[in-house]
Amino acid sequence: MNDLDGTVYLDHAATTPMVPEAIAAMAEQMAITGNASSLHTSGRAARRTVEEARELIAERFGARPSEVVFCSGGTEANNLAIKGLYWSRLAQDSARHRIVFSSIEHHALLDPVTWLAKHEGAEVEMTPVDKQGRILVDELRAAVEREPSSVSAVTTMWANNEMGTIQPISDVVEIARAHDIPVHSDAVQAAGYLPLDFAASGLDAMTVTAHKLGGPVGVGALMIGREIDATPLLHGGGQERDLRSGTVSVALIAAFAAAVEVSVSRQAETVARIEGLRRRLLEGIVRTVPDAIINGDPQPGSDHRLPNIAHVTFPGCEGDAMLMLLDAQGIECSTGSACAAGVPQPSHVLLAMGYDDTAARGSLRFSLGHTSTQNDVDRLLEALPAVHQRAQRASLVRAGS
Amino acid sequence: MRVVAAMSGGVDSAVAAARAVDAGHDVTGVHLALSRNPRSYRSGARGCCSIEDAGDARRAADALGIPFYVWDMSEEFADHVVDDFIAEYTAGRTPNPCLRCNEKIKFAAVLDRALALGFDAVATGHYAQLETAPDGTIEMHRAIDMGKDQSYVLGVLTQEQLAHSLFPLGDTTKDVVRAEAAARGIQVAQKPDSHDICFIPDGDNAGWLAEKLGPKPGAIVDEDGTVLREHDGAYAFTIGQRRGLRLGVPADDGKPRFVLDIEPVSGTVTVGSREALAVDALACLQPLWCGAAPTGTLDCTVQLRAHGDEHRARVRVDPSTGSGGGSTVRVELIDPASGIAPGQACVIYAGTRVVGSATISATSRVRAA
Repeated sequence: MNDLDGTVYLDHAATTPMVPEAIAAMAEQMAITGNASSLHTSGRAARRTVEEARELIAERFGARPSEVVFCSGGTEANNLAIKGLYWSRLAQDSARHRIVFSSIEHHALLDPVTWLAKHEGAEVEMTPVDKQGRILVDELRAAVEREPSSVSAVTTMWANNEMGTIQPISDVVEIARAHDIPVHSDAVQAAGYLPLDFAASGLDAMTVTAHKLGGPVGVGALMIGREIDATPLLHGGGQERDLRSGTVSVALIAAFAAAVEVSVSRQAETVARIEGLRRRLLEGIVRTVPDAIINGDPQPGSDHRLPNIAHVTFPGCEGDAMLMLLDAQGIECSTGSACAAGVPQPSHVLLAMGYDDTAARGSLRFSLGHTSTQNDVDRLLEALPAVHQRAQRASLVRAGS
Repeated sequence: MRVVAAMSGGVDSAVAAARAVDAGHDVTGVHLALSRNPRSYRSGARGCCSIEDAGDARRAADALGIPFYVWDMSEEFADHVVDDFIAEYTAGRTPNPCLRCNEKIKFAAVLDRALALGFDAVATGHYAQLETAPDGTIEMHRAIDMGKDQSYVLGVLTQEQLAHSLFPLGDTTKDVVRAEAAARGIQVAQKPDSHDICFIPDGDNAGWLAEKLGPKPGAIVDEDGTVLREHDGAYAFTIGQRRGLRLGVPADDGKPRFVLDIEPVSGTVTVGSREALAVDALACLQPLWCGAAPTGTLDCTVQLRAHGDEHRARVRVDPSTGSGGGSTVRVELIDPASGIAPGQACVIYAGTRVVGSATISATSRVRAA
């Protein structure tokens, strides 16, 4: 995206611009009064909009409409999935106190899992990953099969948000299914960039969110099988299958559906274009900074990596210094790391992949999206040599202090 | 100039940043993360290192419309300030961590990083004034608000550091700064001033040191050497301390007793009368001069602690007499001082101008113990 103000936005994995269709749907619905739970005409009209959106989203993601539970977004969907499954399975069978998850989950999954361990006595087991950031299936199998009857849920993200590495979801499903263990996947980063088929995947629950695929922030969905029991987090009117209470936001849901429609229908074309831009970007980076290391799985394709994420380590540089210098030139990217009070912490994903603290701090994530242009990539490549040189100098100063 | 404004989340640094913007500089706000665990540091009103403070700094930067980042300086801070603080107490000295932070973090690690990243200067909300003398020397002077003057904790800065420093508040009183913050719509306008040591969460220095250093029993003795009681660690005491001595037996003359001396190796803490605290000569090491080193004997004033009184003094620099060949400084106090501990900084002033600074290594009492 090259706005009038000249901003080069290379952080689509954080959030991507809304597509005009979603903005239009949202504006249209915001002008209309109606609670989808009301029985009168306005209420029925709102309900119709919500249900049509549900049907569309279900259809595009290979789910049944009744399997789509709208909520506030990825964090809530992940919390609902993992806490809901854990509590419900444990209530049925007190032996099921284990959760098996991966070491590269987003905080929106990692933190509820560690919370369950700390406050609810869950025994949690982290599946390690290889150098590309892909889980070691045999390790996951061993963890489950050591005592399958004590596992309440298995969860592995579909594609990693920092690295873009796609996980072997079918293997995960096969292992869990063999022991009748419910399996969840956080597909927030995959949705929009990979074809997702909930039914074909064999998953019991899957998280998606609107704002990563051109919809608004504040709405997402947990796809969850009809027959799967989960304990709700929010109690109240029971609007969403009694699993999630709270007045549904007609405008957000309508915009979510519009964005799903656009992103899925244009997926092949967008992905092909973005792959080209990503290649140009990485070739350019390696040309400018020959010792730059491109992380993750180098191979494209839906078994390998997302088309839109480029994760690069710049040895001898601090990522946050580069981010600041690029930002000063209107080029926006991410260090791909979690922040505590704005303090960059080395990413747990990179540490899990075997990177040391310094390499983890010296990395940047550039993520492309539907509005990315060749000019965006070229602006970055133009700015990079000077930025890299300065950041390198700043690191030397620090090392010497 | 391209300026990094160090923004603590308090009102002073926010207004300093605003003034740097007004002066036409290209300003970037930077909050320093000094704790490895931000939750453990003092929060809100009393510190500068908590998550709330980072948020306040961010909001102030937003209000000024300047970019804002958090720089993680926690390792440097742990090495140069916290570890130094512990080591100094272990050696029986009384360090000033704020001064150390200015010397090693704000105007060293932060400034060096800023310069490497293409900035020209660091601006802070310290109350002090800089003036360039005709010969090009950068002079540091006390702020016009003597109640807020912070030249004492900046007295360690070298010419090179001062050449890249901006103190936009030196010519202003705190009242004016608060009013200006309110007028500019900066949310922290009424936030109380910070006090004490930011990395000690509850202000209990002795408790914090006890936790870090463990029990180091020793004796509290009077000036005759009579043991009054045992204690768990000399670091719980500072020279001049009166409260919390828990001596049980009153002094012979019935007057309150004060800590006169701490002997680090044995941990012996000597107590005595207020009169015995008075000190009229100091030996100081590692002088740093703000400009040229004085020669001969200098009639001047000295300040011996942050926000402490000025004492008239006569200072003599002895080159090459310190260990390792460094200079030493002898200070005769015309106005005696009390409660002076080795480790404290002696900052030397000619009028309002900072001449230099040195670390007190020994004191001589008016009435020897």
